[in-house]
Amino acid sequence: MEIVYVYTKKRNEFGRQCNFSDRSAELHVDILPDPSLAVNFIERDPCDVPIQCTQEMSEHEVNTERFESDTRGINHVEGGWPKDVNPHEMEQTIRFRKKVEKDENYISTVMQLGNNMEHCIKQNNAIDIYREYFEEEEVVEESEVQPSAKTINVFRDPNEVKRTASSLSWHPDGSRKLAVAYSSLEFQKVSKDMSLNSYIWDIENPNKPEMTLKPVSPLVCLEYNPKDCHILVGGSYNGQIAYWDTRKGSQPVEMSTIEHSHRDPVYRVIWLQSKTGTDTFSASTDGQVLWWDIRKMSEPTERLILDPNKKGNLDNALGAISLEFETTMPTKFMVGTEQGLVVSCNRKAKTPAEKIVCMYSGHHGPIYALQRNPFFPKNFLTVADWTARIWSEDIKESSIMWTKYHTAYLSDGSWSPVRPSVFFTIKMDGTLDVWDFLFKQNDPTLSVKVCDEALNSLRVQDNGHFLACGSQLGTVTLLEISSGLCTLQKNEKALATAMFERETKREKILEARHREMRLKERSRSEQSKEEDTKEGDGEESPEELITRIEKDFYEIVEAELKKRDKGEEKKVRLILNSFTGLRVVRGSLRVVKGSSKIVKGFTNKGGGPDSTL
Amino acid sequence: QAEVEETLKRIQTHKGVIGTIVVNAEGIPIRTTLDNSTTVQYAGLLHQLTMKARSTVRDIDPQNDLTFLRIRSKKHEIMVAPDKEYMLIVIQNPSE
Repeated sequence: MEIVYVYTKKRNEFGRQCNFSDRSAELHVDILPDPSLAVNFIERDPCDVPIQCTQEMSEHEVNTERFESDTRGINHVEGGWPKDVNPHEMEQTIRFRKKVEKDENYISTVMQLGNNMEHCIKQNNAIDIYREYFEEEEVVEESEVQPSAKTINVFRDPNEVKRTASSLSWHPDGSRKLAVAYSSLEFQKVSKDMSLNSYIWDIENPNKPEMTLKPVSPLVCLEYNPKDCHILVGGSYNGQIAYWDTRKGSQPVEMSTIEHSHRDPVYRVIWLQSKTGTDTFSASTDGQVLWWDIRKMSEPTERLILDPNKKGNLDNALGAISLEFETTMPTKFMVGTEQGLVVSCNRKAKTPAEKIVCMYSGHHGPIYALQRNPFFPKNFLTVADWTARIWSEDIKESSIMWTKYHTAYLSDGSWSPVRPSVFFTIKMDGTLDVWDFLFKQNDPTLSVKVCDEALNSLRVQDNGHFLACGSQLGTVTLLEISSGLCTLQKNEKALATAMFERETKREKILEARHREMRLKERSRSEQSKEEDTKEGDGEESPEELITRIEKDFYEIVEAELKKRDKGEEKKVRLILNSFTGLRVVRGSLRVVKGSSKIVKGFTNKGGGPDSTL
Repeated sequence: QAEVEETLKRIQTHKGVIGTIVVNAEGIPIRTTLDNSTTVQYAGLLHQLTMKARSTVRDIDPQNDLTFLRIRSKKHEIMVAPDKEYMLIVIQNPSE
């Protein structure tokens, strides 16, 4: 069977464009959900799927390797001459020059340049264009600058096993170099691989130390000779003193003999003022202060035992941790001890007993730093335990000024060499504090966190602008202090003098009062020994005091109760008892110190006076 | 050419002038009133400095160009008048 479909179109409708037209939506099929089919499927647990349509990126860190740069110079020789002219031949050069001078371009150029030049020359001659014309109007703008300290450079211990940077010393000429002594001060933590070397760094090159010093035992302290910048003296962990000459190499030139040296690590060595410039003295925790002449290191020239009883008994001696010597007062020196006492000594005394002049007590722990104020030598700074104190030589009972107790141990401190009222302290939590007591007495003017580990040593450069601090892991950080903290302010000396005098006077008055009170007590205790039966208004024993106060307290409570019963407010008395301490309850308190007083609080209904909460 | 001589002589006789040097584009001193080693030093160093100064000025603004360079030091003032082919250097001690 044939299926034929005939499709007819009128001739004149051929090639007509298509006509599109809109029509409304028509529903063709509607398939409704069939719940019976759902039996074949299980619902899936909903899960969170994050989708992000961005470029995939990854983070990379790159740290360039330290590269070492070297400076080289090139010798500049006259050059630029054309090939046919030999610069050494006078004739040829003269001929060349004459040729150039005939060039027209040359003539016109020189004329023109000459005019310009003349103008400027005349200008220079007529008036000094760079002169300060408005000098009087210069306003001091330093007060607006916030004090700050910026880290300039960090010098790390190149050895694998890190040791503490226990002492720093600046090069005496221009301070371009820094000598650092490395040692491990922790008890018995010395490992076999620990290097014994100490280094001299050039501050421009933190990658590699400039010179190595190789002692027999690690150096605990190191000092440049202020008179001769090539000589350094160092005190080592085993008690020996050694001195180096940087021109002669890394080995010490001479070392002191072990029998005559200290028996404990040498904590401080200082150069003395002498004609030969070769005298030093050293202090150690074995209780001795030894004087040496570096030309003859076999034996100390003098010995002093820090026995507080002045008997020269080594067993009683106080261990010395720091020394102080001021070249303007060459006969006196001070020693800071492990026991927290500062011993002031006179070098020129005839007998050892007279050598120890007096002692200042007031610290609880070893005195790590001891320094006289460079502008006011009568006042000195001690840094120990958790405080730093300023003392006056005349007041022996206590310091005249002190900082608050910090949370971390203070390990070193130093005055600023340019400003009499500024000093620096470093703490075991790695912060450096800069104090300016003319500006703020309670807190440091600037507190900077230098590193995460403990800081052990601090040295300010002679210009007061830079300071270096050494840490427990051997990292020495060089910091620059903002100019406000290292330029002498107007009237600063006068103000500092006034402040010191005022504090000294206050302490003197207190000292006098204490003395009076002590005398009175002494006389009173003698009196009471004679009169046994008499009941004086003087000292009551603690038990009597307690019963008396309790009686007073209960009386007051009774009186209040009676008053309160009249009112019907729901209050509870919070009783502050000076012997049992303060109990805190919810509600607000008004605390009044002293012997027992009743304070109002508010909570639920209270009971009688016995309900101490 | 006599004018050139006259100009240079006039410059040299101004108050405070220590020396005058004319240098060409290659750094060869054409005319100088100072001794040879000093001249060579000044010529070489100032030439490089002028080139650097000129490139700095033109980097900042390409339409600009260096017209004069003055270096004042503690002891004296060095003035450089640069040109395309030659350079005139005068060292003067400004009177105070």
